[in-house]
Amino acid sequence: MSSTLRQGRRRPAAKVPLPLMIVGAVFALGFLAVNAAIGYVVIDGRLDGQWYDIRDLGIAVEELKVQLDAINDDQPTFLDDIVGQHWMSYAVGALLGAIGILSFIGGALLALIWIERRLIGRMQIRRGPNRVGPYGLLQPVADAVKLIQKEVLTPDGADRILFLLPPAIIFVPMMAAWGPVPWAPKMAYLDINVGVLYLIAVSSLTTLAVFLAGWASNNHYALLGSMRTVAMMISYEIPLSIALLSVVLITGSMQLSEIVQWQADHNLWLAALLPIAMLTYFFSSTAELNRTPNDIAEAESEIVAGFHTEYSGMKFGLFYAVELGNALLVATLVATFFLGGWSLFGLEEWIPGYLILFAKLSAAYFVLVWLRGTLPRFRLDQLMRFAWQYLIPLSLFNLIIVAVEASLLARWDVPGVVSLGLFTIVNWGAAYILFRDWARRIGYQPDAGGPRRAELTQQVGGLEAAHRMGTAT
Amino acid sequence: MESLGIIVAFYLLSAIAVGGAIGVFLASDLIRALAFLVLSFIATAGLFLTLSGDFIAIAQILIYAGAIPVLIVFAVMLAPLAGRNNGNGLYLVPGLALGAAVAVTVAFVAVDVEWNELSGALLAERDFATTAGAIGDALVGRYVLAFEIASVLLLAALIGAIVLVREDEAT
Repeated sequence: MSSTLRQGRRRPAAKVPLPLMIVGAVFALGFLAVNAAIGYVVIDGRLDGQWYDIRDLGIAVEELKVQLDAINDDQPTFLDDIVGQHWMSYAVGALLGAIGILSFIGGALLALIWIERRLIGRMQIRRGPNRVGPYGLLQPVADAVKLIQKEVLTPDGADRILFLLPPAIIFVPMMAAWGPVPWAPKMAYLDINVGVLYLIAVSSLTTLAVFLAGWASNNHYALLGSMRTVAMMISYEIPLSIALLSVVLITGSMQLSEIVQWQADHNLWLAALLPIAMLTYFFSSTAELNRTPNDIAEAESEIVAGFHTEYSGMKFGLFYAVELGNALLVATLVATFFLGGWSLFGLEEWIPGYLILFAKLSAAYFVLVWLRGTLPRFRLDQLMRFAWQYLIPLSLFNLIIVAVEASLLARWDVPGVVSLGLFTIVNWGAAYILFRDWARRIGYQPDAGGPRRAELTQQVGGLEAAHRMGTAT
Repeated sequence: MESLGIIVAFYLLSAIAVGGAIGVFLASDLIRALAFLVLSFIATAGLFLTLSGDFIAIAQILIYAGAIPVLIVFAVMLAPLAGRNNGNGLYLVPGLALGAAVAVTVAFVAVDVEWNELSGALLAERDFATTAGAIGDALVGRYVLAFEIASVLLLAALIGAIVLVREDEAT
């Protein structure tokens, strides 16, 4: 029966136009060639007669730039006159950084889908994908192929131009925000001195893409989802920015590499020094990411799939990829801002910085997956109230405390152990008191009736007791 | 003497900014006009970047490309359906007059200012490394009074907004 089906349903193989194939082949070969060249330059390590091992990737690239400049000085090309600088060193630096970031994100996106689904499967006592390939490892590839094959629909009455734009627009901030992340000393693609502001600015561009997607779909669910997203994003951007502001205050720099360097110099992770900022940032980020516990924007049981309800095929795939990429980005930023980035108490002398950062971002990402696997979803009003009544006042209090501490740190002439140790104790005390008392002040009542811990119905006496509990409260 | 790269970037970004601004005028749909507006703002941020104004470029993206569209989006959503087309020329004459006034002002400043070209050691002397630090020093140093007045004004607006939308608890 299956053979007749196969015979009956056999479709002609899809024809890819020849120019497209040539362009694709050239692109793929060029990508491989550049990667091979980078590998040769790094592993061979004979840039200036010294051996560079894989730790010194940033230094090797710098050395490569110096060499290119030297070549340029000997034989300036005609492009140097036009551009006005040594174009080659800039071009090589840009190419290396862009390819590095692209390769990392591309590989991570494929791996993450599998890792996340397997982890959540384990947490929810099931197996997760395990059919395609060994341990289900090929599942992401199969998913991607399936998405590419699916038809991309445009609904009737949709604004065609605006419907086309958002999957592309939303990809740009996700990629651009990876620029300032320092992977090792001297290994940041875009090490600008307003890095923190840049991150906030770039990630705020996502809001518009999300709104356009919902608006152009001509679908009530999509519009509802995008309105929820916009409301949530502008609410949670405030505590997020204030949390980052306290980081900037204490380290005295908006440059990401400087912030990591501060943590390396003081041998202190900012997570230990600024617990409120860390928790605020982490929770606000989950809201910005639309992940459970805060995924009201695409709550399946309420509004289908939120703003990307009408997107199918690879357009939906892009939204999905951006979501995962943003989650990875947030994990990386948490690792950079609060967990010390590439530094590990002197161990970065021996281990490549980017491996340390990767270990830390994996840990942060695991927490994100963990939250997703265990927590139920907030209601919209609960989420809004949580931002405006809880997180924003708390982060403002925290900002005042940190501002006082930062000015003390600049004037107080004692060893860092004393001042920073004192600040750590003060901050943890403040965190405990603020988190606890502010929750009670705005109406959280853990002691008002009800069981103190989870009880099985059988423990309290079966259905009858459950009924009694229902009437008692 | 400017290099060609900067000149190309200037004309490209200017073309995008002006084209986006024209698109805002010509788009019949308000949301499309909004998309053009954001395009124009981002190109303006790029122009600031070519002038080494990194802080102001980022602030431009943060405020004008990130926050203002959200404000407009909420305004559009709250307006009745008829208010959503961009096609009526209700404010054509005042709009043109305002545009002409701004253009004349900018042109006057451009002609009036003595643009001296610096190069070499003079340029290096004038060069300040971080605009963010300089702006911060100016805001809480020399212009602290204006800064404080602006913040108090914003706080008053914030409280006023809360008072306006507050539900009357007595009824």
